[in-house]
Amino acid sequence: MRWRITTYIFKRLLLLIPLLLGITLFAFLLLKTLPGDIVLSLVGERASPEVIESIRRELGADEGVLAQYVGYLKLLMQGDFGRSYHTNREVLADILMKFPNTLRLALAAMLISIPGGILLGFIAAYRRGGLVEQCINALSIGGLSIPVFWSAIMIMILFSLTLKLFPPSGTGGFKFLVLPAFVLSIPATSTLIRVTKTTVADILAMPYITTARAKGVSLLRIRAVHVFKNAVIPIVTIIGLDFGSYLNGAVVTETIFGWDGIGRFTMEGILKRDYPVIMGCIIIGTIVFVMINLITDIVYHYLDPRIRLHGKE
Amino acid sequence: MGKSDPMPLQRVLSTPKLSVPLLIILLFFALSLLAPLLPLHDPGRIDLELLRMPPSFEHPFGTDNKGRDLFSRVIYGAKISIGVAMIAASVSAAIGFIVGLTSGYFGGKFDAVVMSVVDFILSFPSLLLAIAISVVLPPGLYTVMIALTVVGWASFARLVRGHVLTLKSMAFVDAARAVGCSTARILFIHIAPLCIPLALVMMGIKLGGFMLTEATLSFLGLGAQPPAPTWGAMISAHRTYILTAPWMVVFPGLALSVVAFCFNLAGEALKQKYELKERGRGDAA
Repeated sequence: MRWRITTYIFKRLLLLIPLLLGITLFAFLLLKTLPGDIVLSLVGERASPEVIESIRRELGADEGVLAQYVGYLKLLMQGDFGRSYHTNREVLADILMKFPNTLRLALAAMLISIPGGILLGFIAAYRRGGLVEQCINALSIGGLSIPVFWSAIMIMILFSLTLKLFPPSGTGGFKFLVLPAFVLSIPATSTLIRVTKTTVADILAMPYITTARAKGVSLLRIRAVHVFKNAVIPIVTIIGLDFGSYLNGAVVTETIFGWDGIGRFTMEGILKRDYPVIMGCIIIGTIVFVMINLITDIVYHYLDPRIRLHGKE
Repeated sequence: MGKSDPMPLQRVLSTPKLSVPLLIILLFFALSLLAPLLPLHDPGRIDLELLRMPPSFEHPFGTDNKGRDLFSRVIYGAKISIGVAMIAASVSAAIGFIVGLTSGYFGGKFDAVVMSVVDFILSFPSLLLAIAISVVLPPGLYTVMIALTVVGWASFARLVRGHVLTLKSMAFVDAARAVGCSTARILFIHIAPLCIPLALVMMGIKLGGFMLTEATLSFLGLGAQPPAPTWGAMISAHRTYILTAPWMVVFPGLALSVVAFCFNLAGEALKQKYELKERGRGDAA
């Protein structure tokens, strides 16, 4: 069993290689289409002439596109993601420094949305057709309709400018974390409510629930064990997807709250056309995203042994 | 499409869950299109004596940092926000339709490649992808539409492909082939019309997401450029004044949220009616 899982993980990680090749090639070609020198685009104009010259040689800037791409890959393999145009700092070092902040924010948001979303989803499923379900429905559709950049500003006006409970922006401890984490949790909670509700409602109609009730299993046990165990797979899927996208940087939330994470870093890179930063964020982001998907799949396996892990079904 | 429509338009619109939100959106859109004829202030007129005036009878939403009437800017903005979403959704639907149709019908390697691209787009955070595209192209309305389309066509392709897979094994396709219909004829005359309603329903479901992504791109400065009144850009431009003139941010966002809410309500109703299950998250596009 253990052996099978390790092979599976290995196979999935192998798939990362063509994916990254594809993404870097795509991004590289996009950079090529931009006006200006590709070498300067990659290392930044402030790099010293010797560095530019050596990279030019390494990249084979005078050779064909393919040779240049191979040169770029070689640089990446050495962990050289280039330097930011604006700060002249190493991109990879910056990303590694900011990642823990993003991780903290994403975890805090999930800490709010996982219990909240599952609980409300369960309640809506059990109170089907009633006013309670209508309210929870409206809440979840509303959560997906209010743009994050606006709710972030509204919450900032209310809680930090008017009530002065939390600092409006910055990176730091618990006080700084509360507002961005809450804002970020809104869309995740909303999707989680919907998914939980439909899944649980489907399960409640299953014959095995009727059987359990006929057997005299207590209602609490049915809800906690029979229903929950079967509902857990779609719920974990959504959590994985949301968590993965938050780790890629909650671009808007981090930007508005001045949270020093990957999302804001990406956004600044984009706005300042800082290509080394953009490329670095895309590459790291892809790796993180694939990892989260992989972890989700492995979690499936432990939650539901019926699910076999052997690549694509 | 006539008889192939699984639910006639009339009956669909008679459900209040669907017709009420659609009516509100239509009202916004009509108001915005007719705005030049209405007794509104000029949305572009700069009046330095009316800087950041709070809401009043004359200016129901107040004025902005250049003294422009916010109410009329919000009304004019509806045209861009709703219009861009509709155009991008239509183009996405059309592209996804053609791709899904051919991919599902021909199958094989082409199908495998197309579907892995679709899977990739659907699994990648759509906003980040849209942002990346908007960066490469010069900022503007067309760029937003292109970005929305690149992100958006995939779900249509997947849906239509799935439907084509069931349709192509049906007897009427064999019959058509037996009487000597060409592949193109089978594909476009026999199969395609049966997929149109499905694509339209999907469009209804996706519109809210398209609109929110457009707004976010505008907010980030990647969308329509000032002085064009888009809701996202207004909120972004007025962000610095939240302490002194919060109404400048409140009203555009409120309009945006209301319309997006209506789109999503209608989408939810459609989803329930046609028992469509979306894969993955319900986020933008």
